Amino acid sequence: MSTITTARTVFDIKDLNLWYGNHHALKKIHFPINKKEVTAIIGPSGCGKSTFIKTLNLMINYVPNVKMTGEINYNGQNILNEKLDLVELRKNVGMVFQKGNPFPQSIYDNVAYGPRIHGTKRKTHLDEIVTKSLMDVALWDEVKDRLHTPALGLSGGQQQRLCIARALATKPDVLLMDEPTSALDPISTLKIEELILNLKEKYTIVIVTHNMQQASRVSDKTAFFLMGELIELDDTSTIFSNPADERTEGYISGRFG
Amino acid sequence: MEKIMPAKDRLLKSGKNGLGNEMRGKVLVILCAVIMISVTISITIFLGTKGLQSFIKNGVSPIEFITSTKWNPTNKANPEYGAFPFIFGSFAVTFLSALVAAPLGIGAAIFMTEIAPSWGKKILQPVIELLVGIPSVVYGFIGLSVLVPFIRENIGGLGFSLLAGTIVLSIMILPTITSIATDAMSSLPKSLREGSYALGATRWQTIRKVLIPAGLPTLLTAVILGMARAFGEALAVQMVIGNVRDLPSSFLDASATLTTIITLNMGHTTYGSVENNTLWSMGLILLIMSFVFIILIRYFSSRRKMQ
Repeated sequence: MSTITTARTVFDIKDLNLWYGNHHALKKIHFPINKKEVTAIIGPSGCGKSTFIKTLNLMINYVPNVKMTGEINYNGQNILNEKLDLVELRKNVGMVFQKGNPFPQSIYDNVAYGPRIHGTKRKTHLDEIVTKSLMDVALWDEVKDRLHTPALGLSGGQQQRLCIARALATKPDVLLMDEPTSALDPISTLKIEELILNLKEKYTIVIVTHNMQQASRVSDKTAFFLMGELIELDDTSTIFSNPADERTEGYISGRFG
Repeated sequence: MEKIMPAKDRLLKSGKNGLGNEMRGKVLVILCAVIMISVTISITIFLGTKGLQSFIKNGVSPIEFITSTKWNPTNKANPEYGAFPFIFGSFAVTFLSALVAAPLGIGAAIFMTEIAPSWGKKILQPVIELLVGIPSVVYGFIGLSVLVPFIRENIGGLGFSLLAGTIVLSIMILPTITSIATDAMSSLPKSLREGSYALGATRWQTIRKVLIPAGLPTLLTAVILGMARAFGEALAVQMVIGNVRDLPSSFLDASATLTTIITLNMGHTTYGSVENNTLWSMGLILLIMSFVFIILIRYFSSRRKMQ
């Protein structure tokens, strides 16, 4: 397993254990995540992949009875132990959820939400951020004439791209995506995948997916989780052509999961 | 040997019995609906004709009735029928009590759903149910024996006042507003909170900038239902407001509302007399206002669906 930490590492997870009450959901995870790479996390339902991605921006804190040990180093700072500025962490580590969850506000206000809560007030500056974020997700041309109409009037795929734009508006360097296309049709899925490939020039992306083809299409590194353990983490091409562990091979060849 | 029927006949035959039952059920529920609708329509028509009689038959000027501040129907030589002080009183206690109860109720709802969902709900829920269950005469009685003397001794005036009416009504409509506002907040999807927290928002920012705007149509419905209750409440208000015919010039002045004047005077006026008819006119105003409240609630719930 190639888990060597380098200067290109954004997240360096060491010996992470997580319990939901008595249930040991993540077991001794060692996981470096590299800058400007797409890391895909695959595995069967209940393997801990969603739990894992939620630890990276500590959204896991909202689940009751969670206990964690180990280290999650983000740019050299352990977000578990030190007195952490949660606001700053989440500004830098954005997240996109399974289903697009725009606020029941206008398209503009959705994208401007993050910058506004972080103190950006000037209209010109906000306009600039909104325009740029919407362009980054290739939504600008579709919505530029109706920025002030309700975001919930958009299609499912557009809503999901809007949520990505909303996450990008706080200028993060990591983008976490928790099964971002599981509720979308194939064409919208394709658009999101193209978007991921474009975004990786500027952002580090971690994506949880049920869809192995998706992992092979978009990611540089793939991690295979099984029953709370990280079984294998390697270059995507290696994982899909020549996995080291037979359980990985069993999963990707469709023998279980 | 049993005769085997073609499938088509079997289907038709089996339909017969079921159809009879269907019909009976349908007639029964239609009957219920018809009774309800006809009762509502009858009351509206009755109140409409009775309420308009003072203007049509007795020649009371509707403009005077709504705008004049002089109420003196018993003066034989020169009776005056200006109901403005009561209309004003009704609106004043309604809006003032909503102004007090809306922030309290919505605040309590947010506390229960966002801040302390577990124990907050455990304590506040029964408190609210209890408040709903207390009869209005008890509220009035408490207001009369505690609130009125308190205002007289500590704030000033007679004690019987617009202020006393407002306070009693605020407490009475608080549970209505709180329970509907709680439903409004707890029905908001979890994904909204997640989305906001994931962008680095604090809990207060999430409540103020995402949850309250998202729940606003229902929160407004809660306030309007509270106002509708305040507007129609008679007994408790009558016991503390003082019931004078003059326009109040301050919070501490005694006042009257449409409902209190109706309850006070309906017993000693003769059916069909001018004064009695003007009371019906006040009833008509109450009915019209409740229609207005319903229209407002409809408007807000259609906005909620649009979102």
